[in-house]
Amino acid sequence: MRYTTLGQYYDADSVIHRLDPRVKLVFTIVYIVSLYLGNSPFCYIFAGLFLAVVIRLSKVPVRYMLRGLKAVIFLLLFTAFFNIFLSQGDVVFQWGFITITRQGIETAVRMAVRLVLLIMGSSLMTLTTTPNDLTDGLEKGLGFLKVFHVPVHEIGMMMSIALRFIPILVEEAGRIMMAQKARGADFDSGGLIKKAKAMIPLLIPLFVAAFRRANDLAQAMEARCYHGGNGRTKLHPLKYRRLDFIAYGVLLLYLALMIVLKIVTKS
Amino acid sequence: MQLELKSVSLVYDPDVQNPKKAVDDISLTLRKGEFAGLIGHTGSGKSTLVQIMNGLLKPTEGTVLLDGQDVHEKGFPLRNLRRQVGLVFQYPEYQLFEETVLKDVCFGPKNLGLPKEEQEERAKKALSRVGLDARYYDASPFELSGGEKRRAAIAGVLAMEPDILILDEPTAGLDPQGRNDLLAEIRKLNEEEGTGIVLVSHSMEDVAAYASRLLVMNHARLVYDDTPRHVFEHYKELEAMGLSAPQVVYVMHALEARGLDVRTDVLTIEEAKREILRALGRK
Repeated sequence: MRYTTLGQYYDADSVIHRLDPRVKLVFTIVYIVSLYLGNSPFCYIFAGLFLAVVIRLSKVPVRYMLRGLKAVIFLLLFTAFFNIFLSQGDVVFQWGFITITRQGIETAVRMAVRLVLLIMGSSLMTLTTTPNDLTDGLEKGLGFLKVFHVPVHEIGMMMSIALRFIPILVEEAGRIMMAQKARGADFDSGGLIKKAKAMIPLLIPLFVAAFRRANDLAQAMEARCYHGGNGRTKLHPLKYRRLDFIAYGVLLLYLALMIVLKIVTKS
Repeated sequence: MQLELKSVSLVYDPDVQNPKKAVDDISLTLRKGEFAGLIGHTGSGKSTLVQIMNGLLKPTEGTVLLDGQDVHEKGFPLRNLRRQVGLVFQYPEYQLFEETVLKDVCFGPKNLGLPKEEQEERAKKALSRVGLDARYYDASPFELSGGEKRRAAIAGVLAMEPDILILDEPTAGLDPQGRNDLLAEIRKLNEEEGTGIVLVSHSMEDVAAYASRLLVMNHARLVYDDTPRHVFEHYKELEAMGLSAPQVVYVMHALEARGLDVRTDVLTIEEAKREILRALGRK
């Protein structure tokens, strides 16, 4: 069965799991920005090492993380392909109309490393934060936007529901696929058009199921008197603790080092 | 036609530290014409076993033989297996997708590569088997009631005219009338066409009343493969597995304990009634 770990929660008891979701949100955003800050190999090695340490602390198995990357491998290859073949610069290899330049390879590698780090960094957040915590974190962290009438709570809720639905729909798709196979459907052979057509018996029931589930969920929420974020109180309000301040300190240190590295390696 | 499983085992995720077997060393043979019930606690491996039976899952160990031929051997057309061994999933109505009921039921025969006339002929036959007449042919499957959807979906598998039909809890979520109708139709299919049936069920009453052979699974293993009468003698062991015997069995045991000389291996209420009357008459 097709299986993705992207955007899913991995249950474990670690320092990273115990962090306040707001810290993890800020961490993720700063980390992504930092990846675009420097572009020397040293910066990436540093960023990679930093991520490796955090992954180690999070107790999420590396194999589990790599499985999440599988889903975006096509995107990776796609960007690498265009960078390699469509860049201008010093030619290192030429055959017919195909030219490969040094700059092309460099950009391709840089982009690939950046993407991998970016995806792993941000999936670490969802892997170590339950959807509930994530919603809470978003809501509180972005709470100041409420002044501008941004429905922060609703957006957070929608996001966490979307994440929660991924594994459910994947499972549903697997089940429908099996059921159609039992009726002699063939999803694997034939050309592109035949394959696309073969998806119809899978996609229609899947859409129907998605709507059905959304409807059920909406009713279940209403039955529990859900009416959005106004006047809602929390059982466990988010509160910064010592660990969270330490994490912010580490983050600042990381960012500072990254900037130093960028300046030093530039010349 | 016969389907043989030989010491079949299946592990879902072999990467995990201590892999759990979903099906553990099961051997059994299914034949055309028989009516078997398959019971087991939730998570005992029933659904996995039936998916192995029609080749949707490949066992990690053991072989599946269709008339003596290994179905997972290279070059064996799995479609042949799926044509001969039909599988109706749990809540099959969620697989409907076509614009009309008739077209949807034609999906199976179409995949078998039959000409259009035969597809429709088979579909109409299958639909009438499950009690949906010509009025339903052009209806959208999404407009039907829950019970009708279920019937249409079962017809979708029936139209492939399998020699053995496996139904994974076909009556789940139906009202009592719908249950009885559906089970009666399945029995008719078994009696009239000689289709072999495997009925996965949670209802001891249902399997006791309809099946002539009972397979019991517990913790991925096949623990009993016998007539319902013999299996339900072990009602105490069944209880330890989170299962039970039909309620009449308990009644008969209670009567026996109070000194009434009755047989305890009854299966249906009707049978129990006769037995009690006999015992009382003799007194």
